[in-house]
Amino acid sequence: MQWGSVSEFFAMGGYGLYVWTSFVVTALCMVWEVLALWRRRAAARVEHRAMLLGGSNETAA
Amino acid sequence: MSVNWSKYSAPMAFYPLAGRLIPWFACVAVALMGVGLYMGFFVAPTDFQQGEAYRIIFVHVPAAWMSMFLYVVMAVWAGIGLGLNARLSFMMAQAIAPTGAMFTFLALLTGAMWGKPTWGAWWVWDARLTSELILLFQYAGVMLLRTSIDDMRRADRSSAVFALVGVVNVPIIYFSVQWWNTLHQGASVSMSTGSKMAATMLTAMLLMTLAFWLYSVAVILSRVRCIIVERESLPVWEEEPPVIQKVAEVR
Repeated sequence: MQWGSVSEFFAMGGYGLYVWTSFVVTALCMVWEVLALWRRRAAARVEHRAMLLGGSNETAA
Repeated sequence: MSVNWSKYSAPMAFYPLAGRLIPWFACVAVALMGVGLYMGFFVAPTDFQQGEAYRIIFVHVPAAWMSMFLYVVMAVWAGIGLGLNARLSFMMAQAIAPTGAMFTFLALLTGAMWGKPTWGAWWVWDARLTSELILLFQYAGVMLLRTSIDDMRRADRSSAVFALVGVVNVPIIYFSVQWWNTLHQGASVSMSTGSKMAATMLTAMLLMTLAFWLYSVAVILSRVRCIIVERESLPVWEEEPPVIQKVAEVR
């Protein structure tokens, strides 16, 4: 372990901005992708329920 | 014990199988990412040339590898789809593209974050960087081609042909550092000469790569399930197909 303190860890030897931007943006992209998929799935569920409620027989036709 | 794997080529049979696999891939991905980040930040030593900036490789290299690997996998599914006219193969290709594009973007972005302090430039028109940027346009092309064609079967086939033709760029990206005199450094990990990195650095990088790979599998399986529902107008199943029960509930 090469970090003397928490602030030293966040400073990353002066490269903090570059290192943390890389890691944070990567994490944000992944979280966003997972959330987007959740919403897409929820939308499919809502659509399906509406189909059942409306008694539409689009798919059966 | 023999399993009839071919039955899973049908989207309806594949849907519940994918659903059972996703939590496993997701859990192992999160665990490996935790261990990889711990090793990357607390165990791996400071690089004697690049200082702490080198730690960007723990996301940059896995993202760049996944961007190329996912393109090849997408092209393989596209090829299978064209050859066997299999719906699920086209759906897999469709599901891979956004994740591949995301990793390509991340590889370029984290590369810029590394380039600025080390080379003094966010971007150079270097063979490696340029061919990776072209890969991003290829992913965008595959996705745009699909959305621009209304007929689903034609959209499948056109984007599959586009994906297959573009696969030539992947070896160009991979070997660009050998073929041209690039600013981008050569491979630090190679099949023939082994690794030029400290063992803990390499372990952290490989753990992150494995984590990104498992993450991709989980996300792509999850997306292909959405695509199956959207394209086949299926009910969103939970563990058992609850269609009749749901109808009763609604009434």
